[in-house]
Amino acid sequence: MPNAIPEDSVGIVEPQIARFDTPLELTCGRTLDSYELIYETYGTLNSDRSNAVLICHALSGTHHAAGYHSMDDRKPGWWDAYIGPGKCIDTNRFYVVCLNNLGGCSGSTGPTSIDPKTGNQYGPDFPVMTVPDWVNSQVRLGEYLGIETWAAIVGGSLGGMQALQWSINHPERMRNTVIIAAAPRLTAQNIAFNEVARQAIMSDPEFHDGRYADHNTIPRHGLRLARMVGHITYLSEHSMGDKFGRDLRTDKINFGYDVEFQVESYLRYQGETFSESFDANTYLLMTKALDYFDPAAAFGGDLSKAVAQAKSNFLLVSFSTDWRFAPSRSEEIVNALTEAGRNVSYACVESPHGHDAFLIPNERYEAIFSAFMQRVADQAENVQATEKGEAACI
Amino acid sequence: MHLSRPDLAIIQNWIQPNSRVLDLGCGSGDLLDFLKQKKQVHGYGLEIDDQKITECVAKGVNVIEQNLDDGLSNFKDQSYDVVVMTQALQAMKRPDLMLEEMLRVGKECIVTFPNFAYWRCRFYLAVKGEMPVSKSLPHTWYNTPNIHLSTFRDFEQLCKSRNMHIIDRAVGNSEHESHWATNLWPNLFGEVAIYRVTR
Repeated sequence: MPNAIPEDSVGIVEPQIARFDTPLELTCGRTLDSYELIYETYGTLNSDRSNAVLICHALSGTHHAAGYHSMDDRKPGWWDAYIGPGKCIDTNRFYVVCLNNLGGCSGSTGPTSIDPKTGNQYGPDFPVMTVPDWVNSQVRLGEYLGIETWAAIVGGSLGGMQALQWSINHPERMRNTVIIAAAPRLTAQNIAFNEVARQAIMSDPEFHDGRYADHNTIPRHGLRLARMVGHITYLSEHSMGDKFGRDLRTDKINFGYDVEFQVESYLRYQGETFSESFDANTYLLMTKALDYFDPAAAFGGDLSKAVAQAKSNFLLVSFSTDWRFAPSRSEEIVNALTEAGRNVSYACVESPHGHDAFLIPNERYEAIFSAFMQRVADQAENVQATEKGEAACI
Repeated sequence: MHLSRPDLAIIQNWIQPNSRVLDLGCGSGDLLDFLKQKKQVHGYGLEIDDQKITECVAKGVNVIEQNLDDGLSNFKDQSYDVVVMTQALQAMKRPDLMLEEMLRVGKECIVTFPNFAYWRCRFYLAVKGEMPVSKSLPHTWYNTPNIHLSTFRDFEQLCKSRNMHIIDRAVGNSEHESHWATNLWPNLFGEVAIYRVTR
């Protein structure tokens, strides 16, 4: 709990819900007739709506990117280090929107929502989502909020993939794209890790083919394992070694199978907290969306042809010890963009924190991110000035 | 706007409007910024210095973090009109391979480097018996990034042996001011040179 709200925080925020009754056609061939998206906004939309920034979340992210829901909150939103007054995504200048994706479990329509057709939870019957489906739903959220053109679409990891897809599918609706610690598609190794996580969940006896709600239970054990394996891929060997080394919880080895090393205890704790708060069907769905992501596929596998559709300016950032989406994966996107002659800047930031680095404060990351976003803000203000000028002429 | 570095002022004269430019070791992006605004050039700078990369981004210059010693394999053959490298060739692990790469990626390349046969260098070495330290070569031998110093004649011989053609050459002092002596006897009186090379 914060004793007092820090000065560079967006403060107490309240989520809002947008309801959509126009059917959304999905990549899988199915249709969602109606759905809700939960979202938060920070900062003020300017009069010509040119300063809106959309934040896309990663695998287990939510709409709560910054600030606090109440003074009792233990922690602020997941990207609070980068969103707030005077921060990289400066809420003094931007109107920031962050939503929970469709299929999520934090308030947007997803597997835990009630299917109006049956009156029961969707559970495993909720359609498998893809990144393009999310982008389409986000376009509608923009329309709902009256935003025709986003000043920037920003995301890390799976969020960065959504930003990339946006830039290809909706070049007219955005001026800038920020893609952090992402990849143009998953490798076999990435998919393999996701499959281990899915198997952990699906082989839990409490999973009941995804209908665990009907049995008043959750596949706790499977989710725990899924999170543990996922968490290993988010950290670097170095940061794990640094944090835990081979430290023991007690002063001696017990020659047993209980928790002995600190790293075991940490992973179990991470798994436990996660398994109580995250829905298993959502986890399956999110990992599938990751596996299916491949924007180049629609262009004969040629990523540079795909990004040639884009018109925005790009910033890409990767982290030196990220092995989930290594710097070379970001560089594939950068190379496709230079080949297509698009405006792009790229930095590989030195960090010991592996994939998680995109969430953690880091001086160099902040410097370059903030330099880019300041130009985005200047541009948004110029758009406004120009339009005002034109209006004055009329 | 103007370019504070005189070598950049000369280089920009050799670059056509609307061309595609790759600037290797672009620093804080002054040349690309100038070319973008004055000649509608589309380009990218490659740089490894954190601070300078951020300065480029702040200016709106496209900059990509990349170590030049790893080559340019991520750029396609003949995909740029001009590839520029200022004051960095002598710091490359293999300047000859770098030049080959520059001419593979670009239709022509522009390089600048200090002349080790400049009379002050010769004098320094001959009289003091020490590795020359000067305005254009400010480092001491043990900490210098300039690991492949050469003379104008060395460079021209390299170009000849690799079938590279020198289209233009500008020779001057460290301020890139030309003098009658530098034109008469460049390898002795020229301190720095800018070469424009093609295949």
